[in-house]
Amino acid sequence: MTKRNDITALDEVAGNGLLSRRLLLRGGVAMAGAASTLVATQGASAEPLKEPEWSRYQGTTVEPMGRRSKNEKDTTRILTNPKGEPRTQHARTPHHLLNGQITPNHLHFTILHNGIPDIDPEQHKLVIHGMVKQPIVLSMDRLMRYPMVTRQTFIECGGNSAALFSNEPVQANLQSLHGLVSNAEWTGVPLSAVLDEVGIDPKAKWMLVEGADTAAITRSVPLKKALDDAILVLYQNGERLMAEQGYPVRLLLPGWEGNMNIKYVRRIKIVDQPALSYYESRNYSPLLPDAKAYRFFFVNEVKSFITHPSFGMKLNEPGYYEISGIAYSGAGRIERVQVTADGGKTWADAAVQGPTMHKAFTRFTIPWRWDGQPAVLSSRAVDDGGNVQPLRDEFVRERGVTQKPVTNPFGFPNQHYNSLTSWGINAKGEISHVYV
Amino acid sequence: MSMSKVSLAVLAALSLSSVAFADDKNGLGHKVGLGQPITEADIKPWDITILPDGTNLPPGSGTAAVGAKLFTEKGCIACHGEGGTGGSNGAVITDIPLAGRGIEATKTIKNFWSNSTTVFDFIRRAMPWNAPRTLTDNEVYALTAFILEGNKLIPPGTVMDAKSLPQVKMPNKDGFIIKFPDRI
Ligand code: HEC
Repeated sequence: MTKRNDITALDEVAGNGLLSRRLLLRGGVAMAGAASTLVATQGASAEPLKEPEWSRYQGTTVEPMGRRSKNEKDTTRILTNPKGEPRTQHARTPHHLLNGQITPNHLHFTILHNGIPDIDPEQHKLVIHGMVKQPIVLSMDRLMRYPMVTRQTFIECGGNSAALFSNEPVQANLQSLHGLVSNAEWTGVPLSAVLDEVGIDPKAKWMLVEGADTAAITRSVPLKKALDDAILVLYQNGERLMAEQGYPVRLLLPGWEGNMNIKYVRRIKIVDQPALSYYESRNYSPLLPDAKAYRFFFVNEVKSFITHPSFGMKLNEPGYYEISGIAYSGAGRIERVQVTADGGKTWADAAVQGPTMHKAFTRFTIPWRWDGQPAVLSSRAVDDGGNVQPLRDEFVRERGVTQKPVTNPFGFPNQHYNSLTSWGINAKGEISHVYV
Repeated sequence: MSMSKVSLAVLAALSLSSVAFADDKNGLGHKVGLGQPITEADIKPWDITILPDGTNLPPGSGTAAVGAKLFTEKGCIACHGEGGTGGSNGAVITDIPLAGRGIEATKTIKNFWSNSTTVFDFIRRAMPWNAPRTLTDNEVYALTAFILEGNKLIPPGTVMDAKSLPQVKMPNKDGFIIKFPDRI
């Protein structure tokens, strides 16, 4: 009983040192600890303490916009087109440097096909027309007066994790591989509230949504989704939308392919057929190995990856570590996440951070005792609809891999990868990207 | 993925209650009614989307001969190369096959696009990249004809207009599987 908290004495719940997630439950440790005089430390005695330089003088002056520590200056997005050349621009979220579940606004991923438009909210208009009794136009002023809802949800580009379609594991960090997904709290007007008042023709099945950006990005969206949980988003994590996220108003389709969440939305046309516009008929129709392609791959299916530790980090010594990662499903709520440290031979349940939310990031954690030997970490999520993140061999059998190794981690050999990500740890504690 | 779905469906059925979805739905018991009425005629300048059956194609017409000149004059060659056969932003006229190149095959208008109307819609909406929505409808028809003819999708000299464009046969029309039919 007294030995229960000593990391070296705990029984593993799965191979290579995975420990019980129950150790993370609040109360469990403290209760046992109270009854115990046992101490746990690691290594030789520490240096004597001194007063540090920075606590002796007045600090710097507070500014209107908060600033993070200069020591965190490298916590930034990776850009694919920093000079704004005439092509698409991508900015990827550094999940390996973040924690929790919310992506800060300035680190949220974004993709722009023709730059960020500079929209005056006083002149921006949203028009709804087509197969309706009465077409309407809404100023932003008027739209802001509708009842609003707030929810967390992730947005993921259909091309996120595309490098994992490579036949050989691409040696790139988490941000490069999985940086085209982020999670925020969005506030806005339920689209159903607005659609309700135009009188939709019962024969209509789709809506065409279009942005006021230079590329006039458009996608066809089933009305079923529009009337279900779609939101005209005005706020992102409490503040007005970032310019690059669609200011002043963007469509949010919780759990659905990023490109469909039209930014700068200015027009919604109710119709009876999809337009098969550029992005739905080309980029976001993923090819299958037999040269057929999926079309209308709306949902970002259940997925997870370990953020800590991950590629490029180093474990400096054996001992206790917490494995931590992100799980999400465009079809529902995360119900269970399992972690392996021995490349999938044995799995243990991770602790899932509650309250879990539909179509939102869920942080999972599990304690781990690394013994200094090679290990392979990966995670596998299950959602409340019973959808299980597919193992890599299952996934590859259906969806295929490239014929040649992918050399550019930012390229898009295919779309909608939701299989596992595995990190191989060698005896030196170095971490590489591996397939199992 | 559906493969492992069955094994966990039972487990899910036990733990899932219909109440659990309540926080994931939007609903409003009343109509707010703040939208200002507007006529379709007044919306027309923004109403640019073309449907696959040709709905909303504007009057006008064009041929490849005219389109070939426009392709140079309007600067398309700067990004798509001389004659559209490849530049910094890819070829719009090319014969690369889809099959046999794996999942990373290059998707082209000829080997992949299912609808000719998408060519007109996309050029009118987004090209030239540096000055979208500056082309006249006749110019868009001509550029569309140039690209379709260069890809041997229409016989030489075919006039593209609201009637002929939707009838162009695209080779990969039947190459698609709807991933989530139940969500439509
Ligand atoms: C400054 C560069 C630039 C110029 C000039 C330009 N384009 Fe493009 N074009 C692009 C880019 C970038 C894309 C890809 C857009 C994307 O993916 O969002 C593209 C895509 C296209 C496509 C789709 C090709 C495919 O197979 O996916 C067509 C068709 C096209 N352009 C036609 C034209 C025409 C016609 C003109 C002249 C009127 C033109 N472009 C001028 C940059 C340019």
